[in-house]
Amino acid sequence: MIYRENGQFKTSYAADQQIFPILQDRWAILGILVFAFVAVPLLADEYMFRAILIPFLILSLAALGVNLLVGYCGQITLGAGAFMAVGAYAAYNFFIRVDGMPLIGALLLGGFTSAAVGVVFGVPSLRVRGLYLAVATLAAQFFWDWAFLRIKWFTNYSSSGSVSVSNLSLFGFPVESPTEKYLFCLAVLVVFALLAKNMTRGAIGRQWMAIRDMDVAAEVIGIRPMYAKLSAFAVSSFFLGVAGGLWGFVHLGAWEPAAFSLDRSFQLLFMVIIGGLGSIMGSFFGAAFIVILPIFLNQMLPWLGDLVGVSISTAGVSHAEIMIFGALIVFFLIVEPHGIARLWSTAKEKLRLWPFPH
Amino acid sequence: MARLIGEVILDLQNVSLSFGGVNALVDISFDVREHEVRAIIGPNGAGKSSMLNVINGVYRPQAGEIILRGEHFRQMNPYKAACAGIARTFQNIALFKGMSVLDNIMTGRNLKMKANIFQQAFWMGAAQREELEHRAKVEEIIDFLEIQHIRKTPVGRLPYGLQKRVDLARALAMEPQILLLDEPMAGMNIEEKQDMSRFILDVNDQMGTTIVLIEHDMGVVMDVSDRVVVLDYGKKIGDGSPDEVRGNPEVISAYLGASH
Amino acid sequence: MGFFLEVLIGGLMTGMLYSLVALGFVLIFKASGVFNFAQGAMVLFAALAMARFSEWIPGWLGVDNLMVANILAFIIAAFLMFVVAWLIERLVLRHLVNQEGATLLMATLGIAYFIDGLGQTVFGSDIYKIDVGMPKEPVMVLQGVFEGGLLINKEDFIAALVAAMLVAALALFFQKTATGRALRAVADDHQAAQSIGIPLNRIWVIVWCVAGVVALVAGIIWGSKMGVQFSLVTVALRALPVVILGGLTSVPGAIIGGLIIGVGEKVSEVYLGPLVGGGIEIWFAYMLALVFLLFRPQGLFGEKIIDRV
Repeated sequence: MIYRENGQFKTSYAADQQIFPILQDRWAILGILVFAFVAVPLLADEYMFRAILIPFLILSLAALGVNLLVGYCGQITLGAGAFMAVGAYAAYNFFIRVDGMPLIGALLLGGFTSAAVGVVFGVPSLRVRGLYLAVATLAAQFFWDWAFLRIKWFTNYSSSGSVSVSNLSLFGFPVESPTEKYLFCLAVLVVFALLAKNMTRGAIGRQWMAIRDMDVAAEVIGIRPMYAKLSAFAVSSFFLGVAGGLWGFVHLGAWEPAAFSLDRSFQLLFMVIIGGLGSIMGSFFGAAFIVILPIFLNQMLPWLGDLVGVSISTAGVSHAEIMIFGALIVFFLIVEPHGIARLWSTAKEKLRLWPFPH
Repeated sequence: MARLIGEVILDLQNVSLSFGGVNALVDISFDVREHEVRAIIGPNGAGKSSMLNVINGVYRPQAGEIILRGEHFRQMNPYKAACAGIARTFQNIALFKGMSVLDNIMTGRNLKMKANIFQQAFWMGAAQREELEHRAKVEEIIDFLEIQHIRKTPVGRLPYGLQKRVDLARALAMEPQILLLDEPMAGMNIEEKQDMSRFILDVNDQMGTTIVLIEHDMGVVMDVSDRVVVLDYGKKIGDGSPDEVRGNPEVISAYLGASH
Repeated sequence: MGFFLEVLIGGLMTGMLYSLVALGFVLIFKASGVFNFAQGAMVLFAALAMARFSEWIPGWLGVDNLMVANILAFIIAAFLMFVVAWLIERLVLRHLVNQEGATLLMATLGIAYFIDGLGQTVFGSDIYKIDVGMPKEPVMVLQGVFEGGLLINKEDFIAALVAAMLVAALALFFQKTATGRALRAVADDHQAAQSIGIPLNRIWVIVWCVAGVVALVAGIIWGSKMGVQFSLVTVALRALPVVILGGLTSVPGAIIGGLIIGVGEKVSEVYLGPLVGGGIEIWFAYMLALVFLLFRPQGLFGEKIIDRV
């Protein structure tokens, strides 16, 4: 099928405003969803689920949250990991302290708690911007790192400092096997991606982008910077909180504060920048890239070493991995500072005109 | 012309503004009547843009007051000004560069959209209805300013003249009672200027919008405005109809002298 | 009173060291508008080079003189930092001119990862010692004034002194030399500086070199205090609130900010820490900076931004 929108006329504003106005896109997205929900569970093995697919889904959700704040509202954050942690620990406490708390309830409450905390730590954004704000958000990161390590109530006085959950279920169905976990995460991600898309194409999204692009003009138009910025912090933290809950409950099962360290925050920021700031699709691309790259390097390096007759130690592999990871990030930023999403849309533009580009 | 110039709608009294010792505005008073086109002229650095910035609250004056429809304000703030029906365009176009023309103009409807964040997230009820209603209104403005062909283009890619027009469209989307235009024709060629003058007069005529205009092109100012105020080094040196101002010796020596 | 003074002085001396690291941030930010997250990695890399070369050199040359080994190691490490600076300018910055702050920040994070990996691949990842002959034993001073006197750590004192001297030298360099003037011009306005013939790329290399040397000195001081190990990179994270407090573009700000954070951290840890379970130093510094920002968004000495529309 040729990628053409000729002849697809819109007769109402509603038709023009739908998420995928081009017919072929709608079919493609439907195909991807069917593939993800039906084919993948049949094809993938346990390693694939545990090491790649589930982390990819959850981190996509988190990256989506970061992208709403950084990409759409223009507020740089280095504390994303902290909000995942808040979500995870809040969900944990709701889960074990409230009798009969369902999994989804705990996760959502974790998200709301994270949103509230996000608003508090978003207050500096009303006064400072850019890099000052980025560093200010580190306060959240270090504070919550410390709090979950030192304040024993949060971890239910567990002696090791690590917390764990088990016997997860959703409306009576168990969420235990890798396939079940995968489907659960996928369903959550699809719903949240839809919410994110709706917000970004609607009034609130325009407010965020207006603040990002030109805050003085936005205020003159009648957008309250306080509402726009804090709502972006809240929504972003909500997404991050739910992602944190999923990461702890579904992916790890048992976790320590280190699961949501500063490195996690950096990782999420990498995802949205490499994927594409201000693009829902970009969040997925970025997450896929960052999740798969280390696994790929991990497999490739010893193999390459063998090829040239050098055996690389495990430590050596991990150091080389960091090096190559860093170099690739820099390389990528130089080649395409607008991220994979830009490459994607350029490709689509080309495809629309193909084979007659002029 | 059918329009009737009404009562004083906006009145500035003894406004002074300074930035760390530099006096941008010194004891300035002037008024704007309903439905009129009021021009502010003066050499570069005379304080014209500062004047607009005081009116819609981007700058806070140290002294004086602003009386808007009989209500007294020590100073405005941009949000309050927007709610009171004051819109403006910017000298160095301040469009939202990452957004399409349509989205830029839709932001102008922001104050009129009431759906809450949950309705928007689920694209239900009020949110969906509002998107459609306001889209219809925005399309009217797009038609009016003749920019249908670029509605889906990101504004960053547009040429200068069209960006100016989108800037005006965004301000009009607010359906303002008072429209502040900061050099709407700067850097335009003669045809673009003619188009823009026509739009400004149409806005004034058809929508009854009061217009406060900063412009350097004397021909345009004399043609479109009802009354002119002249600033120089932050002081008011003339005020009156275009003809009166043209004849004012102080104004001639400060400003018009060179071009006549 | 004596105890409080001890805490205070301890805080001031640590603060001086923070200033030193913060200075690295400020220098680079001023000249290139880059918020250099790789500063911590540079400190680690420099310290690793110093530690390992001073260990290897006696073996290579057959000279068993600690002094000679240290001096040679210092020279080699400084040279390495120059190379790193040059490479960063050549391979990264040059290609990212006029990109947004976030992109540049990410690029320096990428650089940080790279340097971390490189340093540990080349120099190993154990804990190493730097022995530049710093006296370890504490001394008592002012026994006449206070009962029991004040206990002062000589090592900290010397370190603070070195840091202060370096800071003063850099301030002089900025104010008095032609290169310093060019640096300040670039900091004010890249394009204007370029248009009057200041070579932007060379200035950047110089700044990164200076930042590299600052990192080396910081690495030596911190390294001889805590041992050279991966956790040295966190020294940079601790210096960040200093930069925020002092203003990203201000050299005096980095110094005063460092002192305030140093004292704040120590006092809070000693007097507040026990109440809430300890270990609060690091976030307390950030909170301090944050609260401060709410009242003065541009930092202590940063330039006020006036919006023009």
